Amino acid sequence: MSAVTEHTDHGTEAHDHADHGSHPTTLTFVKVAIILAVITALETSTYWWVEDAHTVAMITLFICMAIKFVMILLWFMHLKWDSALFSLMFYIGVGLAIAVYIVALMTFHFFA
Amino acid sequence: MADIAVHEGAHAHEHDAHGAHATSTGLSNNKLAMWLFLGTECLLFGGLISTYMLYRGRLGNGPGPGQVFDIPLTSISSFILLMSSLTMVLAVNAAKEGDDRNTRVWLSATALLGALFVGGQVYEFTAFYQEGLGFTTSLFGSSFFTLTGFHGVHVSLGIIMLMALVGIITRSKVPGDKAEVVELIGLYWHFVDVVWVVIFTLVYLIPA
Repeated sequence: MSAVTEHTDHGTEAHDHADHGSHPTTLTFVKVAIILAVITALETSTYWWVEDAHTVAMITLFICMAIKFVMILLWFMHLKWDSALFSLMFYIGVGLAIAVYIVALMTFHFFA
Repeated sequence: MADIAVHEGAHAHEHDAHGAHATSTGLSNNKLAMWLFLGTECLLFGGLISTYMLYRGRLGNGPGPGQVFDIPLTSISSFILLMSSLTMVLAVNAAKEGDDRNTRVWLSATALLGALFVGGQVYEFTAFYQEGLGFTTSLFGSSFFTLTGFHGVHVSLGIIMLMALVGIITRSKVPGDKAEVVELIGLYWHFVDVVWVVIFTLVYLIPA
């Protein structure tokens, strides 16, 4: 009689591509690229009407930038499907950068 | 009686069929290191962007952003870099499917689009210089050329990595998991694109 003890390394059970839904197809990536191109066109258009509606243009630009940033991260860089640890590594860097440099800019009275 | 201990972790390949890795986290250490590197890069570019924001109004005797920036040209460059992200992600997909031919085609297309972007940047820098904006003309010039120059160097390094990867795939000498190697370089390339998204808005489109 032989006793077979299986020591499963639970770490290996975690997958790089944690299934948070179906994996994207080529068509999905093309659609994302088209949306990004349209947003870039919208951003560029603000150059011609920024003088007339400065505040609206600024808000539009910041929203467009944030949407493009997140879309590239989630779809093209696969963070939507990858392990949360990868996201954490990156978002810590982004968060630190934003916090440190906002403080630095405030020190130089940039927002005054 | 034989007491056989089967340590699946020890016997598991570095990257098995399900994508799990024989590491303490179950994730690829290479990929984790790449994400950590990209996180630190945010701090580098954050510093350069902040410096530009501080000094963009310090024109000295030189021209200002409104006098030298060519928004339509930069928009085309931005579009080209965005499309290079699409070709890069298609290269990663092809590599995951084990399709070497398409992997090389999409990697080459990405490198070509990257080269077009860098070419546009060189043209832009030359035009700025001819209009009187040099690196030492003003604090605006120094911070602008440092920021966009650093980004251009990142794109250039990406192109070198892409072309090197095409070469080693052609010779079938990719070390380790081929799909992962393509994905790692893809992450770097997309990051360069993400940084440009921020630079394009904050530097070019938002007036001083």
